[in-house]
Amino acid sequence: MDKLLQIGHNEKVNRADIPHLPFDTFRRQLLECAAQGGQVVQFFAYDDQGTIKLLAVMRTDKLYVGGCDAPDSFPSLTAESERFHMFEREIGEQYGIKAEGHPWYKMVRYHANCSGKKDVFGNDYRQDIPGNYPYFTVEGETVHEVAVGPVHAGIIEPGHFRFQCCGERVFHLEIQLGYQHRGVEKLLQSVPMKRLPIIAETIAGDTTIGHGLCQAQAIEALAGIQVDEGAKIVRTIALELERIANHIGDMGALSLDVAFNPPAAYFGRIRGDYLNLSQVLGGNRFGRGLVRVGGVTHVMGEEQKKLLHDKLDELTPEVEHVSKLIFFASSVNGRFDHTGTVTTENAEKIGLVGYAGRASGLPYDARISFPTECYKDLPANSNGITNGDVRSRGRVRFHEVIHATRLIYILLDTIIEATPYTPQEVQLPPDSFVVSINEAWRGEVSHCILTDEKGTILRYKVKDPSFHNWTGLALALRDEEISDFPLCNKSFNLSYCGFDL
Amino acid sequence: MESIFSFCFAVLIAPFLPVVIQKVKAFFAGKQGPPLLLNYYTLIKLLRKGSVYSTSTSFVFRMGPIIGCATSMMMLLFFPLAGAAPIFSFHGDVIILFYLMGLGRFFTILAALDTASPFEGMGAAREAFFSTLAEAAVFGILVLFFRLTGSLSFAEFFTGNNIINLIGAHTALLILVIVALYIVMLTENSRVPVDDPATHLELTMIHEVMILDHSGPDLALIELGAWFKLLFYSSFLAKIIDPFQLQNFWLNCLCFYAFVLFIYITIGTVESVTARYKMNMVPKFILTPFALVFFAIIFTMELIK
Repeated sequence: MDKLLQIGHNEKVNRADIPHLPFDTFRRQLLECAAQGGQVVQFFAYDDQGTIKLLAVMRTDKLYVGGCDAPDSFPSLTAESERFHMFEREIGEQYGIKAEGHPWYKMVRYHANCSGKKDVFGNDYRQDIPGNYPYFTVEGETVHEVAVGPVHAGIIEPGHFRFQCCGERVFHLEIQLGYQHRGVEKLLQSVPMKRLPIIAETIAGDTTIGHGLCQAQAIEALAGIQVDEGAKIVRTIALELERIANHIGDMGALSLDVAFNPPAAYFGRIRGDYLNLSQVLGGNRFGRGLVRVGGVTHVMGEEQKKLLHDKLDELTPEVEHVSKLIFFASSVNGRFDHTGTVTTENAEKIGLVGYAGRASGLPYDARISFPTECYKDLPANSNGITNGDVRSRGRVRFHEVIHATRLIYILLDTIIEATPYTPQEVQLPPDSFVVSINEAWRGEVSHCILTDEKGTILRYKVKDPSFHNWTGLALALRDEEISDFPLCNKSFNLSYCGFDL
Repeated sequence: MESIFSFCFAVLIAPFLPVVIQKVKAFFAGKQGPPLLLNYYTLIKLLRKGSVYSTSTSFVFRMGPIIGCATSMMMLLFFPLAGAAPIFSFHGDVIILFYLMGLGRFFTILAALDTASPFEGMGAAREAFFSTLAEAAVFGILVLFFRLTGSLSFAEFFTGNNIINLIGAHTALLILVIVALYIVMLTENSRVPVDDPATHLELTMIHEVMILDHSGPDLALIELGAWFKLLFYSSFLAKIIDPFQLQNFWLNCLCFYAFVLFIYITIGTVESVTARYKMNMVPKFILTPFALVFFAIIFTMELIK
């Protein structure tokens, strides 16, 4: 690990300072880091004046970065450490660099690569989906296959789920996404600067603040823009409100999935109340248009503070009451307990993040490890139940809601003069690199920007927590009953569009 | 005359009663609930539509809804609704009727399998398994009733000198029977905690998933059949509970439907206060009524002999 450069999050790094290693050293360094418990934050390829290069950001309790020239094919890192598996597939898909010996080498989103190389998966993308699209199959007379999606009942996003079952028991679940691939990363590299936040906010509609904040911080770090304290407070409150609203909605949905209606109805209403608070704070229920480079577009006045305070006073007891209704009903516990378990060992192997990781006993919380905005001065959350099952994932959400409410109270009580926001021209410095990390409601969101010698964006890499956690859902279903899939799915509630980009 | 009237009334009111369940659930959730005549609107809507058939299905698929609906309706023909004598009755009709219902289910399952959809196959397997378990309890109840009344016909269970009623000679036994029959009712009619009639998640469904491919008038027939079946089971329960044997037909009618309504309300309440069981818990739940009834039968052996 000694050859990788230790960096800070939201810290501008000159690209020349990033160690450029020979591939073998690079690979060994990454595996060494992974062996010491390091997780992958970013691992991607980019095109630098005709040469394709690899870049990786790893985290232990600090961040490390390193790069190398990409060979045409390389011995897969996944063969030795599972946490690289999705990243290597993505690199193969985006730049046509083959990871040899990858145990399940298959495209991620089904699109042609941008380097013009021959497709490593042997696909012809002019054809519709039936290309080289193999699924993991289990042989045997009693084994049957159930295919769900990409078109689903209800109003969820498209994704394909392939189960290998024996009766009700699931042997294996393979999740194939990519139906919402919009080319976000390429788009971000090609539009004028002022359009960037609008695109970032739509990467995943439920993580508007999370992605918006990551981008704003990355650009601010590159351009050396300081944000005043008042804006930091609004940003933090916005992120926590987004967390609360989503967690509340999910707890309601969990309850609905086990046919326990009353809490679902109550939480549906309460979620709306929290979304309305986001509107009070930033003028939009989903946090659109609030976070911009250099600050926030809405200043929080005394009136907003009072509205937020009063409404939270009213809602918090209700949340506690309805949560009791769910988590202390024996019939609900019968469904939640020991369902969809991801062991700590497996969670560690695949690098689960966010509440899913914390429910499985991985304490990582980017708000604590890599604090941004006001988080350095705020207390941490702790969750007691870490069995990795549906109940743990539900309880973690409840604790996070209560914790987030406490944070908002603390922030509302801080007296800070707010300065209004004025849009400004931003010029990015040449040959720089930055990685930003935030704990959005679903987990670690990370944006990474590389600029070229003229100061334009050379590569914009986005990583949604879902990129890690979909594998967790697949593992949770092992040896589980197929009828519990919707419940497990809801307990993770991952983003399709955040993954598909 | 009264019999025919009572049958027609039951057929007409069957679609109304399930809305009561929805209203109760809505009450618990703090919602307003659907309009009271919702199911009539649904029926009219469905009957005006055309049916869509997959090219991979055969005539079996079209037979499913018709036989399913017809067999449930036959149950009402043979049941002494609201104190009136049933339209048809003969000794031993209960056995034929419960197997007719089995026939209806058999065709629903065949129709589901006929679509070759993995979802429907899964639902069919679950339905077949769970209803087999429930059948044990149903026939346990019939054996018990035979021991109590010496007859095997709905009409004779509930009319004559030796009738089955909670206020009578066998109260203790009948309490067990009521609990058992209630669980069987929840199972056979795909209610919570066995199945969730309101879910949109195909992988968790039992009954709903088997009818995914039916549309238009076919779906209307299936819905009607389900409503008749639920009315039959709750009438069965109401008849056991209803203590009033009045001379006036209309008052009898009123009492009877009050009890039926009460049973629908309890279903709504049960659905509001319990979550659905995990699928592997369901067999244990369904075998509970069999254990109860078996226990009751052992009692009768001691008491009567």
